[in-house]
Amino acid sequence: MAEIKLRRSLLYVPGNMPSMLQNIPIFHCDGVIIDLEDAVPLSEKDAARVLVRRFLENHTDRNKEVLVRINPLDSKWGYDDLREVLPAMPDGIRLPKADTPEIVERLDTLLTEFEEELEVPIGHFRILPSIESAQGVINCIKTARTSDRVFALAFGAEDYTASLEIERTKTGEELFHARTRVVWAAKAAGIQAIDSIFSDVNDMEGLQRETALIKTLGFTGKSLVNPRQIDVVHEIFAPKQEEVDYALQVVEAIKRAREMGTGVISLGGKMVDAPVVKRAVRVLKTAGAHGMIDIELDEEVIYGQE
Amino acid sequence: MVRNSLGRLIPESFNGKNVIPFSDPFSLQPKGFRASRPLTRLNPGQKKLLPGLREAIQAAGLKDGMTISTHHHLRNGDALLAQVVREIDALGLRDIRIASSSIHPAHAEIIPFIEKGVISALECGVNGLIGELVSRGELSCPITVRTHGGRARALISGEIPVDVAFIAAPCCDDYGNMNGYYGPSACGSLGYAQVDAQHARTVVAVTDNLVPYPASPVSIPQTMIDYVVRIDTLGDPKKIVSTTTRITTDPVGLQIAKYAAQVIEAAGVLCDGFSFQTGSGGISLAVADNVRTLMRSAGIKGSFGCGGITGYFVDMLEEGLFETLFDVQCFDLKAVDSIGRNRHHLEISADMYANPFNAGAVVNRLDAVILGATEVDVDFNVNVNTESNGYLLHNTGGHSDTAAGARLAIIVAPSIRGRLPIVRDAVTTVTTPGETVDVIVTERGIAVNPRHQGLRGELLRRGLPVKDIRQLQEEIYHITGRPRPLEFEDEVVALIEYRDGSIIDVVRKVKK
Repeated sequence: MAEIKLRRSLLYVPGNMPSMLQNIPIFHCDGVIIDLEDAVPLSEKDAARVLVRRFLENHTDRNKEVLVRINPLDSKWGYDDLREVLPAMPDGIRLPKADTPEIVERLDTLLTEFEEELEVPIGHFRILPSIESAQGVINCIKTARTSDRVFALAFGAEDYTASLEIERTKTGEELFHARTRVVWAAKAAGIQAIDSIFSDVNDMEGLQRETALIKTLGFTGKSLVNPRQIDVVHEIFAPKQEEVDYALQVVEAIKRAREMGTGVISLGGKMVDAPVVKRAVRVLKTAGAHGMIDIELDEEVIYGQE
Repeated sequence: MVRNSLGRLIPESFNGKNVIPFSDPFSLQPKGFRASRPLTRLNPGQKKLLPGLREAIQAAGLKDGMTISTHHHLRNGDALLAQVVREIDALGLRDIRIASSSIHPAHAEIIPFIEKGVISALECGVNGLIGELVSRGELSCPITVRTHGGRARALISGEIPVDVAFIAAPCCDDYGNMNGYYGPSACGSLGYAQVDAQHARTVVAVTDNLVPYPASPVSIPQTMIDYVVRIDTLGDPKKIVSTTTRITTDPVGLQIAKYAAQVIEAAGVLCDGFSFQTGSGGISLAVADNVRTLMRSAGIKGSFGCGGITGYFVDMLEEGLFETLFDVQCFDLKAVDSIGRNRHHLEISADMYANPFNAGAVVNRLDAVILGATEVDVDFNVNVNTESNGYLLHNTGGHSDTAAGARLAIIVAPSIRGRLPIVRDAVTTVTTPGETVDVIVTERGIAVNPRHQGLRGELLRRGLPVKDIRQLQEEIYHITGRPRPLEFEDEVVALIEYRDGSIIDVVRKVKK
């Protein structure tokens, strides 16, 4: 069974705070985004870069994906950020203001050059483009397909609402269309979609509601601003036991159908056909990634032989 | 000097008394009988009410070289001890020993009287400045730090004969019946003072809330009270009980708390009849919160919560998660309110709570206790008395008592405090022996005492980050570096007494 790489929770960690960097190994988020951009004041840009590099060099026993959010490539810090941190081998770069495919292509080229210089396999450093402006949302369908390095699109609601000159609300009606478009772009390109941060760290109910909403829309994860948000998000993304039980029944039913030479079968009075099976397989893979089940799925049996 | 079983160098005598070196937590056997008080007689018509503290000190016959006590239920808001000491000085008395249940930072007021020779020794642990000054050699006053259970034992066995106990009584009548539930200085339980009431030679009730006879309910009865004094105030109600006991919001603390609750669950003690104690710290309360969620979701009905009681435990009692609270001390106003109205919220004495030398203390029936530490070491010994600067800054409280009593004693502590590692080769001061400590939980990993291989296996099976204590130490040192050892003089300034009266460690003067 092809494994799903879980990216439910990508936790921002300010790159200029040693006390927070040193805690990266202890939290159970799926990934961290070490921030050199908005969290770091202008006067600390160069110091933060060095600090992050030194932390990554010492953090050899990696237990989660490590991304670095660099400053925009058109700023005077972006290139230097890359030059400083890439030798310390982060897994990838979160690229702010990925408004056009060309910006992502530029990063792709730079990463290739650094990989050659550092003698690491081409394609090692991945890219997470931030879709965080009206222009970015319009272009995101192309952006998602720019490079094999792009493993997901990240939606940035704070900057997006700023670019629209509107307020961000907790219910998020103003984000609906942009979110949907980012999910379309990602799914069409076969990659993941990561939702924006929820900035009120004391409103766990609000976070729950928003996470449930974006899961429904098709996002597979969320950027986080506080470790206290991790458990809430994981709980929402975890498949429910009844979903898993039903998916197991679906897979068993379709196996029986295949033995009988058909692709459709009834389960509890409901028709089980290809889309139902596909969803069930997805649930089981997710459950597998959550450690809820440990089974081998034989895709040939499930989808039938050609 | 002799070495005790933990390798600590102990003087053969201290402040004129012979010292028993610590051997192990459970073997030392008591001898003899409970100490008692002189018989007394009060005829009809005779009164106990005296005009002031000075008259009470005189009536009690306090002389040079004698010992007094107070309780610490008023915590950092207590104004009684300083008032008593000032009156003692005014009467020209000297060489008085204090055997209170604890000394708080607010009691720094008595420092000039120590310097003057009015107070010559502390037969109790201290929190704050006094301990620091003594550690630096700037104040000369031998200190013997005792656990809550150990203090009860020392009074009951007569090892510390208290000549006059001054008991702050938030609600009291003129015949001495008292409780701590009501009045401007309400503090809830009077658990520590109950021992003094039974064993001091003379007992003085001091109140700022004299109520018509009889004060009800009666926590400490008139039969034990020799004199009653009314004063303007027992202390500052804002500091008497802290209302700021809240669950931590620090993500590191919350991570530790989550692991600790998972350890309790994995240990198999979380079932009907579960008994539990935590302190009032932010991490401890977060553990309680996690445990509460686990109990709710599994429909578990616990038997008792114990110790210093917080509003958090009151909520659990009222929710039906515990049958009973055993309360030796209230930590917040919600606990004070509860003990005055809920008959399942029981006031218990320090003797019943934790004395090792009686027919069985409540701590012996604890399933799990959550405890803190300023340092731990690779032998699981725990320090709560001194800090990384070597100064004696904290009293032991019930730490060693509950660790010895509970089936599962869990230490929760951040792996790095300031920039200092929490796991050391050897703790600066041993408060609680590693033999009685089962699990150490930090945000970077969980160390299980090698005595519990089964629990270790179960934690691993559940995917928890179990690490050998030395591995955990190395990981922390990798970040912090290895601190340079502290340097001490030979001079012993304080004894750390284990609950059975043997000496588990000493505090030495810190080298300048």
